[in-house]
Amino acid sequence: MAALHIDTELYKLKNSLQEMWVIVDKQLTKSQVAFLDYDKGVAREVISREKMVNALELKIDSECENFIARNNPVAIDLRLALAYIKINNNLERIGDFAEGIALFVLNNMSEKLPNDFAKKLRIEEMFNEVQDMFTLAKEALHDENSDKAEKIFGIDNLVDEINHAAIRIIADEIKLHPEKIEEYLYLHAVIRKLERMGDRCNNIAEEIVFYLDAKILKHNTEEKLKL
Amino acid sequence: MYNIETKDVNFYYGDFHALKNITMSIEPNSVTAFIGPSGCGKSTFLRLFNRMNDLIPDTKLEGKVLIGGKDIYKKDILVDQLRKQVGMVFQKPNPFPKSIFENVAYGLRVNGEKNNKLIEERVVESLKGAALWEEVKDKLKKSAFELSGGQQQRLCIARALAIEPTVILMDEPASALDPISTLKIEELIFELKKDYTIVIVTHNMQQAARVSDMTAFFYLGELIEYDNTSKIFTNPSKEATQNYVTGRFG
Repeated sequence: MAALHIDTELYKLKNSLQEMWVIVDKQLTKSQVAFLDYDKGVAREVISREKMVNALELKIDSECENFIARNNPVAIDLRLALAYIKINNNLERIGDFAEGIALFVLNNMSEKLPNDFAKKLRIEEMFNEVQDMFTLAKEALHDENSDKAEKIFGIDNLVDEINHAAIRIIADEIKLHPEKIEEYLYLHAVIRKLERMGDRCNNIAEEIVFYLDAKILKHNTEEKLKL
Repeated sequence: MYNIETKDVNFYYGDFHALKNITMSIEPNSVTAFIGPSGCGKSTFLRLFNRMNDLIPDTKLEGKVLIGGKDIYKKDILVDQLRKQVGMVFQKPNPFPKSIFENVAYGLRVNGEKNNKLIEERVVESLKGAALWEEVKDKLKKSAFELSGGQQQRLCIARALAIEPTVILMDEPASALDPISTLKIEELIFELKKDYTIVIVTHNMQQAARVSDMTAFFYLGELIEYDNTSKIFTNPSKEATQNYVTGRFG
């Protein structure tokens, strides 16, 4: 049987979301480079690309709206459209956090973070874990594999743990160098952004599981622990 | 209010096995939609509930059909009495070549009702019940054929209501109607649910999703899935159901 019209429409939606993944992926990677290498040029690049992320978010929202209005999707098609709207929104937020990190590099950093301190804070590890979560989510959706999506929940716990440890380290540093309090608070904001990025990847994974298996994991820690 | 129950129902048109082991329970005061491709057996199954299939030669029924706990195929059941209890509305409006009033009064008259006052009361009540009263109250003596298709269909519903059934069967009641008339019939179904048990056969997926509480999906004479309508249209358990409701069948 030839492809149904609805399948062609779904294909278009998938392509648009794919475009969003690629661009947000770039924002995430580049914000990491800008921060860890203290590269203001790369930071500017991230900030200028943010507009594209926003425009794409609006485009995908509108495409999902049209898809629902014109195709009256049900069952797995309906879950896909609902999941896409939320994934789109979460991707855009990840893009915002990447921009936030780039703005920090541009406005609040005066030098590269000392290596030993960065190591102590496990900040590079945090970036890498978030990047892993992001990549896993992208693959899970592309391969329609909910097992892959479910792996993300475990990584998110690790990111949360690094975040909590970092708060204690920063608090101690503030006690030792109260004159640098502002600097440290901004630094903490970056770590917080990474933690939020992890949360957004977690949300995306929940939406992928909803789309594929019709399971609702949102606000359901018990169910997620079983995975 | 009566529920409907079927137990291991098999039905044959000659050698053709049209319904296969169907066991199902339909709650009173609910709307149940039967969906499935043409020839899947859904209309055959619906017609068992008022013994319409009796009229078709060379057919055979096995199993039980109970309405309000009573086996409607038992020898002592009077089919006329059964059909008073189980009203039916068809795909195409089929008013009689009579006045609007007489169309609704017809069922009462053939059942021997002579009290004109009661007949009149019942006609008004039924037209109101079918959400048609306001549109026809000034032209009750006019021919039913003067009404639009949507109005004729509601007239047929009023005619069914007049004999005070407990169950209403609808075989694609809105398929020949425009969207506004369809909406009126659907709104009416919501209203009628309070007093009747409604079973509707429809090819319109969105209609099934909108009006019914429960949905049954039939395929090749089998009941594939029977569940809450929300479940069927968000997360059906069977792949065949998913393929059908999403339009990817065959």
